[in-house]
Amino acid sequence: MTFYQTIAEGLFFAFILLVILGSILTIRTKILMHTVLGLAVAFLGTAGIYFYLGSMFLTLMQILIYVGAICIVLVFGIMVGYTPTEVADKTLKDWRNKFLAISSAVTAFLLLMACVLKTDWVPALGEMRDFSITHLGEEFLYTFCLAFELISIVLLVAIVGSIILARGGREDEYETIEHLRSAKGNYPNDDAQ
Amino acid sequence: METISILPPELIRMLIAVIIIISFLFLNAIMMGYLERKIAGHVQRRPGPMEVGFHGILQMVVDGVKLLGKELLIPFNVDRTLFRVAPLLSFTPVILPLLVIPFSEKLQARDLSLGLIFIVSMGSVNVMALLVAGWGSNNKYSMFGAMRAVAQSIAFEIPILLSMLAVVLMCNTFSLKEIVGAQQKIWFVVLQPVAFLIYVIAGVAETNRAPFDLPEAESELTAGFHTEYSGMGFSLFFIGEYTNMFIVASVATVLFLGGWHGPNLPYGEYLGVVWFFLKVYFLLFLMIMIRWTYPRVRFDQLLNFAWKYLVPFSFVNILITAVLVKL
Repeated sequence: MTFYQTIAEGLFFAFILLVILGSILTIRTKILMHTVLGLAVAFLGTAGIYFYLGSMFLTLMQILIYVGAICIVLVFGIMVGYTPTEVADKTLKDWRNKFLAISSAVTAFLLLMACVLKTDWVPALGEMRDFSITHLGEEFLYTFCLAFELISIVLLVAIVGSIILARGGREDEYETIEHLRSAKGNYPNDDAQ
Repeated sequence: METISILPPELIRMLIAVIIIISFLFLNAIMMGYLERKIAGHVQRRPGPMEVGFHGILQMVVDGVKLLGKELLIPFNVDRTLFRVAPLLSFTPVILPLLVIPFSEKLQARDLSLGLIFIVSMGSVNVMALLVAGWGSNNKYSMFGAMRAVAQSIAFEIPILLSMLAVVLMCNTFSLKEIVGAQQKIWFVVLQPVAFLIYVIAGVAETNRAPFDLPEAESELTAGFHTEYSGMGFSLFFIGEYTNMFIVASVATVLFLGGWHGPNLPYGEYLGVVWFFLKVYFLLFLMIMIRWTYPRVRFDQLLNFAWKYLVPFSFVNILITAVLVKL
């Protein structure tokens, strides 16, 4: 093994370690901000794996879309809804949420595994070097149209998720206002009508 | 037969490039800091720093030594890990883009075929650092600064990308070297004046400089996201900001001002760097003058300006470019 290969192998395992550590941080921490940062670390590790596999374009897209867009949208949602000292661990104690989380994770894992096992893996045809606009556009709109459309759905899900996050943080205040409204019936805004 | 070479030449080359670039970053920050203070002084009819060295030329060195010696204060009740990591996080992504910028025909650490996308993706990581700093400080000013930084960078990223794309459409490549190569005869600033204007405006906003320095507006937010930082923590943000300015200016030079092209010099493939730096520092001078000339905008004005004017204009520009390229 040459020196370069040793470095590459080492980097590959370092990236995998990054993904695993990031995922553990995402799940185990009680502070929401750390969750998203762990997610960002895991995304960066995934980008590293793409890089190891020789796809510069996917690497950069992974960083641009997942770290640069999705994580930032989520962080924004957290910043709107929570204060830095707030700990948000009560949500996962909920039995229903726990069930939903586990079942969706297991389903996603099984689906991915089924795809991985079923696919007849063909070695890539050397390194693709043609990054001209014409070529990229054709690939996106003909060959990989589905993937291209799915990216927008991923972004939509992230935006909806961050809105839910931002609303969740202020839930207590909403409840108190509603409570006031129903209990006394003379909430300041009602008088104006 | 396998030969075990201890250090392959390519690796050594990259290491040297990284060392040169990092030392250049610090030099650039010192020069820019001095220039900024001197120009600000003259704009406001006062001499600026005068005491240390000839016309205060060593002022920034002295300041740097002071900042190095200062205690790193960590306020009570902050998120310690995030607080310490944030300056480093803001410093790393500004080093990497300089590796792909072609300073001259043969002075480039690495010619990526996706160089432009590389620079853009590193810029998006940079925003994350501001967020971490603002959140980690556990301080309302910092938090507001960070939130403003995100809203602003999301808004201005779109026009900046679209104005870049107009040039990419004309060259049909993302490689910065080839983009400069395509400007041998005519600079793209002539063919794409609207894109250039949009890029410069959005670029000033992306680097959080006045009149768009809302994330660190002194009169409202003390110092925004880096309120709580002292000593080298603050210095890293400071150097990061000036390096970011340098990157924006050099990308503008590469995309619109013809990069290393200029009147012929001996050893042109290396000394083109002279023209490159002249153009970059002219743009930086322009950015400093803008900062000390115009008042700060309000936040709603800033976002309205981005979404209602810059984005539609850049869309129209890219549409016209696409039609003209296709014809």
